[in-house]
Amino acid sequence: MTTVALKPATMAQALTRALRDAMAADPTVHVMGEDVGTLGGVFRVTDGLAKEFGEDRCTDTPLAEAGILGTAVGMAMYGLRPVVEMQFDAFAYPAFEQLISHVAKMRNRTRGAMPLPITIRVPYGGGIGGVEHHSDSSEAYYMATPGLHVVTPATVADAYGLMRAAIASDDPVVVLEPKRLYWSKDSWNPDDPQTVEPIGRAVVRRSGRSATLITYGPSVPVCLEAAEAAREEGWDLEVVDLRSLVPFDDDTVSASVRRTGRAVVVHESGGFGGPGGEIAARVTERCFHHLEAPVLRVAGFDIPYPPPMLERHHLPGVDRILDAVGRLQWEAES
Amino acid sequence: MTVMEQRGAYRPSPPPAWQPRTDPAPLLPDAEPRRVLGTDAAAKADPALLRRLYAELVRGRRYNTQATALTKQGRLAVYPSSTGQEACEVAAALALQDRDWLFPSYRDTLAAVARGLDPVQALTLLRGDWHTGYDPREHRVAPLCTPLATQLPHAVGLAHAARLKGDDVVALAMVGDGGTSEGDFHEALNFAAVWQAPVVFLVQNNGFAISVPLAKQTAAPSLAHKAVGYGMPGRLVDGNDAAAVHEVLSAAVRHARAGGGPTLVEAITYRVDAHTNADDATRYRGDAEVETWRGHDPIALLEHELTERGLIDEAGIEAVRQDAEEFAAGLRQRMNQDPVLDPMDLFAHVYAEPTPQLREQRAQLRAELEAEHDSHGGTRR
Repeated sequence: MTTVALKPATMAQALTRALRDAMAADPTVHVMGEDVGTLGGVFRVTDGLAKEFGEDRCTDTPLAEAGILGTAVGMAMYGLRPVVEMQFDAFAYPAFEQLISHVAKMRNRTRGAMPLPITIRVPYGGGIGGVEHHSDSSEAYYMATPGLHVVTPATVADAYGLMRAAIASDDPVVVLEPKRLYWSKDSWNPDDPQTVEPIGRAVVRRSGRSATLITYGPSVPVCLEAAEAAREEGWDLEVVDLRSLVPFDDDTVSASVRRTGRAVVVHESGGFGGPGGEIAARVTERCFHHLEAPVLRVAGFDIPYPPPMLERHHLPGVDRILDAVGRLQWEAES
Repeated sequence: MTVMEQRGAYRPSPPPAWQPRTDPAPLLPDAEPRRVLGTDAAAKADPALLRRLYAELVRGRRYNTQATALTKQGRLAVYPSSTGQEACEVAAALALQDRDWLFPSYRDTLAAVARGLDPVQALTLLRGDWHTGYDPREHRVAPLCTPLATQLPHAVGLAHAARLKGDDVVALAMVGDGGTSEGDFHEALNFAAVWQAPVVFLVQNNGFAISVPLAKQTAAPSLAHKAVGYGMPGRLVDGNDAAAVHEVLSAAVRHARAGGGPTLVEAITYRVDAHTNADDATRYRGDAEVETWRGHDPIALLEHELTERGLIDEAGIEAVRQDAEEFAAGLRQRMNQDPVLDPMDLFAHVYAEPTPQLREQRAQLRAELEAEHDSHGGTRR
């Protein structure tokens, strides 16, 4: 067996590769959105696709998110598999009526006769110094809509795997692409990108026995960094990367919390009415007798996303995570 | 060097010549709505087509009165009647080929029925049984759309996809006058024109969006005028003249099929009944107005034409009425049977594979149903 040549690659490159491989494998896959063609997307995720597959398969649309998603519905009704880009998190809101009233419900409305295999790419989250409307964490809206799958990668390999799985899915999938991880590099084998995980499986990124950090997307590297820093305090933290918010992997999360007895949920979006509340409730329902402390949340503040010069105070960082871990009644263990 | 710094050397030049993309004249609707019945144009209309339209109109009217009666008996949760608008509904269905697609709004069940859909399946949504009672692909009829104008971009996307696949399929999308104020109306027309998608948009201007009259809905000269801004032709037609609506829609469908791109057709008609059976139309309009429109009834107009030209006699009219009565009786009889619903269907079609969370909830409901069954001594499901 030959040694696999691992090369550094960015998440953006892995996403591009996933789109290209999906388009090459299936002629019904169509990429569409504002600026996705000639420009290759404002983040260059669709770079080269129009040139390779033609403008009919990678289409610059008029600037209208409801129109982009609404026409994608009709295209999917006729047997295509559209992959639409929303360019930035907060730009997706005009498309929400199409998303909620039609994309998420068409299979249900038609008693299974008309599923819609649409992939909705949403570059999301903060930390890149964007001005307002360019940094929202909108996952709670998507999670609250039955009929949608919601995934968000944190690694280069998962970006490839989750995007391929999303496009292959017969149901609509919202792929939340963490903008600030687009240029993060992992060692990756671009000659054999494989690792297409089924949607709905969380993964333990780092094993530990003191407490579990439950997180996803842009907060995964922050939690791993926090876990390293926590070693100085004598805490051995486990980090669970959800990867899929819908469906939710209760089994992996509960197994981890039962091992550690303590849990902190970490995400960028606001805590009130946010994903952390749902996750904490699920963990409590399943692991109550194993818990040594209440499940805590470290989330963004419950404010509109702040201006770039203040965003570092808003985003959950290592210190805030370690503070929460410190509040997990450590006296009990020592 | 900035413009300010080079002020002395700066020589203004005239702006680049402005070129309009197209001459708007061919896109503008005619000053008067197109009419056929009662004009010289009627002589050129195909007698077989006129007879067919007549039979469908009479059956359609009977369908509307029967469905309205079913709401009073509690057999339908709600019914938005298209009485007075049957010419638009019927012509919409008849202007299409089998391979074409219809994208109806909630008021357009009659168009779906005229296209060949089982009327009970077409009424499933309004009965409260399930959201869509038919497989959209079987008759190429999209689900009846309750949100306003959101089905229009679907029609554009489907027509665009068909053309990409090399199929000469046309999509006809129906919307009311109120729906033209929605953002999706704008986005759909813009996409259709930019993509030159084979779509026909039929606006049934029936005077009111529930209670709001057209004058409070738009300041445009007509709804057909809106087409010009998108770069597609706008056509204006008498929506109670079945021959005219069929002629204009058929021409727009042929134009789209031949690669000519989309058309916006405004049919001027009137909703004789209230918005739905739950609405009180006397609060926002007078009897005189309604009576005026009753004098311009689509069935009476066509019946007059057919009779004048000797294309139908009293026996022929009676045969059409008899057919409509039988149709209504069949519908009534079938709608009076209690539908059998399976509560487990709640979880059947949310995802291709239920999520672990839905599997848990499905098990919960199954247990509840079994407990209910046991407590009723096994006599009820």
